[in-house]
Amino acid sequence: MRDVAVIGVGMTKWGELWEKSLRSIFVESALLAIQDAGVEKIDSMVVGCMSSGLFIGQEHLASLLSDSLARNPVPATRVESACSSGGLALRQGFIEVASGLSDVVLVGGVEKMTDVTGSEATYALGTAADQEYEGYHGLTFPGLYAMMAVAHMNRYGTTRDQLSMVAVKNHDNGSKNPLAQFPSRISVEAVNNSVQVADPLRILDCSPITDGAAAVILCPADMAAKMKKPVIRITGTGHASDTIALSSRKDITWLESTALAARKALAMAGRKIEDIHLFEVHDCFTIAEIMITEALGLAERGRGGRAVEEGLTSIKGKHPVNPSGGLKAKGHPVGATGVAQAVEVVKQLRGEAGDRQIKGARCGLTQNMGGTGGSALVHVFERE
Amino acid sequence: MPGIIGYGAYIPRHRIKVEEIAKVWGADAPSYKKGLLLEEKSVPAPDQDTITMSVEASKSALKRAGINPRDIGAVYIGSESHPYAVKPSGTVLAEALGATPDVHTADLEFACKAGTEGMFIALSLVQAGAVTYGLAVGADTSQGAPGDALEYSAAAGAAAFIFGRDRMVAEVLETYSYTTDMPDFWRREYQYYPQHGGRFTGDPAYFKHVTGAARGLLAKAKMKPSDFDFVIFHQPNGKFPLRVGELLGFDKKQIEPGWLVPKLGNTYSGSSPLGLTAVLDIARPGQKIMLVSYGSGAGSDGFVFRVTDRIDEVRDLAPKTRDLLDRNKVYLEYGAYAKFRRKIRKAS
Amino acid sequence: MPTPSRYWREIPQRYRLEAEKCRGCGRILFPPRLVCPECGRQEFEPTKLAESGALLTYTIIRVAPAGFEDQSPYAVGIAEMDDGVRLTAQVVDCDFSRLQVGLRVKLEFRKMHEDGEAGVIHYGYKFVPE
Repeated sequence: MRDVAVIGVGMTKWGELWEKSLRSIFVESALLAIQDAGVEKIDSMVVGCMSSGLFIGQEHLASLLSDSLARNPVPATRVESACSSGGLALRQGFIEVASGLSDVVLVGGVEKMTDVTGSEATYALGTAADQEYEGYHGLTFPGLYAMMAVAHMNRYGTTRDQLSMVAVKNHDNGSKNPLAQFPSRISVEAVNNSVQVADPLRILDCSPITDGAAAVILCPADMAAKMKKPVIRITGTGHASDTIALSSRKDITWLESTALAARKALAMAGRKIEDIHLFEVHDCFTIAEIMITEALGLAERGRGGRAVEEGLTSIKGKHPVNPSGGLKAKGHPVGATGVAQAVEVVKQLRGEAGDRQIKGARCGLTQNMGGTGGSALVHVFERE
Repeated sequence: MPGIIGYGAYIPRHRIKVEEIAKVWGADAPSYKKGLLLEEKSVPAPDQDTITMSVEASKSALKRAGINPRDIGAVYIGSESHPYAVKPSGTVLAEALGATPDVHTADLEFACKAGTEGMFIALSLVQAGAVTYGLAVGADTSQGAPGDALEYSAAAGAAAFIFGRDRMVAEVLETYSYTTDMPDFWRREYQYYPQHGGRFTGDPAYFKHVTGAARGLLAKAKMKPSDFDFVIFHQPNGKFPLRVGELLGFDKKQIEPGWLVPKLGNTYSGSSPLGLTAVLDIARPGQKIMLVSYGSGAGSDGFVFRVTDRIDEVRDLAPKTRDLLDRNKVYLEYGAYAKFRRKIRKAS
Repeated sequence: MPTPSRYWREIPQRYRLEAEKCRGCGRILFPPRLVCPECGRQEFEPTKLAESGALLTYTIIRVAPAGFEDQSPYAVGIAEMDDGVRLTAQVVDCDFSRLQVGLRVKLEFRKMHEDGEAGVIHYGYKFVPE
């Protein structure tokens, strides 16, 4: 397998982009990435998108986007893995370059979520769960994660305040991210008193509905070496699946697919978790970040709440998590998230993260998750 | 004759008091309570309907019958609130119990006597040897128009009876039905609430048919009121069954064990059937029960039962009627009641 | 909202809790599958689920998905039934203050939702306190 590098990143501001269609959102980010990479030819495109079908009635997305980008006849692939569609696209792009099949691959992620009502968006997101045995009973995603939170709080004593601290931390970080949907700080009180969604989760525990896209350009590492920017390689990729339904999980307080995917990615990179300087993880809900912290091994099982309370995962902490603001502050256009995580890590490793910069960052990890953990994608990035 | 081999009841746990309804419409609660001998009624939750209650009551009946549901050859639900206008309720019940596919099903309707109608048909099929076991359910979630007298009493509940020749808990000794055409209470297709003839629903309707059926039944069975330990009449309100019992020569002690309406309301097709399950819950072997239902339009079905020894073995195998009636009650305010009963007009 | 055929296909599970027991390892699978996730065997014998259990977790849904708005707020939980099988279902006829991990529950046949005023009515099971 060849070594794979990321030579370009592109992302525009995320939010409720009423004036922009899915195709224009995608193309803008893709063009930025292509420009950043300084390449002319693209050999292949991989796009992550959870459900253009349910959100805008559009399938055959790969064809639409290669066309919109004026890159026909480039081979284009759309992949779907619910909220980890972006991470999956990254892995597929990596495989194409590593295998030698393609040299320059555009990896993008996009989601346009505001052309439907809130209720329809909730339904579309809910299709990541087991439709016949979870959705049928009226469960929503906040409901599923709320059940994980209740079990986690019951078994380990995780507190309401600790959940809120995750949101506060991510908003602190997001307030420094000009591309974030909600670049504003919030308080623990504000989270604790926000509208109830599914007990114990409140609206400020939940990532928002967002329109947005992100893109990266991958190429073989020796091609990247000829360019002026520092070479950022993807040194590890890990992918694992778990039961789709929460009730089938062996332990509903533990994210096994994340733990497995991380082990595989780190093994491939020849790294231990302690070697990583920053983490971009899937905080679709505050409790998710707490559980991911444990699954990655940054905190012992059950102590993820304690970790955020003690500042372990703040931007100045021992294991900075979500310097971009995470899904909570940055936004969560579902298919784009996994790619945006890569964009942040690459910027950090290049030293281009502005006020969010983690000093001396040379090694970063992204963790992207689908549904309640039915799928997980972990990637390790390193600067030479 | 064959008889009941298993019985079951289901009553939802929500209630609303007469005072709460009267408050909203500016009516005089004490006079309604006194006039109807009614205090409160059961209210179905939004996720309960004739079908769901029939399933739960039938499961209890199955527990007491102790038979394989595949051996049930006929399933009838009698109701005036079947969830669909076209699509049977009985098939859902038959499927839920595991009686399908070797089963005959029909939905029945005859105002409040649809339940006993099903009982009559199931019994007759067993008697004819056409089926081994037949299930009949009387269940309703009927509505009373807002502000109308019926709103105080229209309630929800279900009673299920499995008929057979062996394993009886109550043998049927005699049956008799009395029917005439009579526009005392009706609901036209596409109308949401029924209409009725006010006081016309009393003497010429309820009383004429109940007494007609009772006297016909007693004559056919060659029995008199004092031969019975219990008598159950259809209970549209608390007063009518007491008055008709008195007219026929029964005394209050025979009527009270099956007289549920003051705390339950009128469960329409479930009304006299639930009175019967309440009586079976306490009856002793050898005791005799008379049941006379009433359905507007109009008609009455009468049955004479004799309780067997097996009642003592099965009584405790499923929830008892009075426990369902008296325990775990949740009282609703009129707003929640109106929401539950879909009386609030919503955006389409 | 399931289409009529999607709803009908699951009736044996939704109405009668029909499950399967793996002939290899004895694990009870609900709903039934073609391959046992525990041991990989593909031979099963029919069985029915236990109807009582205890809550492992729960939540109260206050922002409901389409079709469930009129039911909101409602409780949902995952219970481990007495035969070891885990089920997800709403918890009804239960004051929210009674909800806790470990609450004993049993199954009751209820209406799940309707496809609008003119569509099919969907039935299934919910938990009630034991």
